[in-house]
Amino acid sequence: MEPVVHLRDAVALLGRFPALAGVDLDVERGEIVLLRGPNGAGKTTVLRACAGLVPVVRGEARVLGHDLRRDIRPVRRRVGLLGHATGLFEDLTVADNVTFWGRAYRAGRADIEAALVLPGLATRLRDVPVARLSAGQRRRTSLACLLARRPELWLLDEPHAGLDHDARELVDRLVRQAVAAGATVVMSSHDLDRAEALADRVVELAAGTTVTGRPAGPVERAAPAVTSEPGAAPTAVTSEPDPAPTAVTHVA
Amino acid sequence: MWRDATLVAGRDLRVEARSRVTVNQVAPFALLVLILFAFALDPEGPVLERATPGLYWVTVLFSALLAIARSAKLDEADGVRDALRLSALDPAGVFAGKAVAVAAELVALELLLGAGVVVLYGADPAGVGLLVATCAAATAAVATAGTLYGALVSGLRVRETLLPLLLLPVLAPVLIGATRAFDAALGGVPADGWPWCGLLAAFAVLYSVAGALAYGTLLEGS
Repeated sequence: MEPVVHLRDAVALLGRFPALAGVDLDVERGEIVLLRGPNGAGKTTVLRACAGLVPVVRGEARVLGHDLRRDIRPVRRRVGLLGHATGLFEDLTVADNVTFWGRAYRAGRADIEAALVLPGLATRLRDVPVARLSAGQRRRTSLACLLARRPELWLLDEPHAGLDHDARELVDRLVRQAVAAGATVVMSSHDLDRAEALADRVVELAAGTTVTGRPAGPVERAAPAVTSEPGAAPTAVTSEPDPAPTAVTHVA
Repeated sequence: MWRDATLVAGRDLRVEARSRVTVNQVAPFALLVLILFAFALDPEGPVLERATPGLYWVTVLFSALLAIARSAKLDEADGVRDALRLSALDPAGVFAGKAVAVAAELVALELLLGAGVVVLYGADPAGVGLLVATCAAATAAVATAGTLYGALVSGLRVRETLLPLLLLPVLAPVLIGATRAFDAALGGVPADGWPWCGLLAAFAVLYSVAGALAYGTLLEGS
């Protein structure tokens, strides 16, 4: 069966800057893959490239069976991206926002209502304008918009950021439920303990390239120190070696 | 496409209803401009009467700039553009919805300003049919061209100043046509105004088509 995500030596540009300098990544259906790496490693760009928001200019890039270099539209409709930006309208209420984006994603009324209930927004916060919400509540609202969409591929960029303990638990529960329902998840997170407990596999990125991959589990927490300039291929990874990558079948 | 247009227009109008920017800021601004013109040109003299159609449409255009800038800014909010690109919305539908919302706000402003010129300038609306048709065509022209140019400058740091610089010259034919048609309706020969009304309609059609075709590319590029 074709992987849900298949990147091979993928190069992506942000303007003229090579944000990805040759990433290899395969994600099978139903997997939860954690992208790890220091700031600027390319985690967000990989997620945005998989959503068809950053153009892949070289290499192989297939998501949900579609070539990202030729056929972006069907991919975009089937993925859900939870990024740093909320995508919410400040003057509209939580319910207005979730309803608008739900309908924009062709979700039915029942799915939209369910999306409001799951992150705990259906009662107290439902009619509150987004401008009055805290950062964590906005994150929950973005999550509700994602849930209304019912994506096949969840792309989560720092999904635990800015959330309290209960909300982090909620995110983990929703991710597990989505995977149980057949979805696939690729995420990045700096909350490594929590993210690795959730993930099936970890892929290490540095300076826009894939360094290594391994099953999720306890590891040396220090991010690899990469001596290369951003955008160039890493010339030396000086961190202590992780436990031997026992399963690198999806990573070149 | 029409389903998406309805959805987007509903969203923009709901945002407007909640924020009340048009009611609290754009409408007072428009009335203020009208009053200042009356101060500048003696309200008892013939100049104001002769200039009424032009002053009316200049005020509408200035007010429209505020409404258009506001409409474009809505989709520049934190992550909204990415979410629109990821949505299943037809870009032509998004364009149409935004243009309809701007047009609805402009119609409200035009009614207010119409009452203003009757009260302040003593205008006598004789050819009502021509006035209504001119308003409809000019509103569509301003809303479609404005929505297109709003998307064009979206994301640029200088968008607030660039939008009027780009849009006002483009809307010059609308100003001329609407002024001539109003001139004919307010005391002239109404039959002379209909060709100008036709020009406005042609302009509106041109920018509706251009906007529907180009909006997707602009959404990707900004």
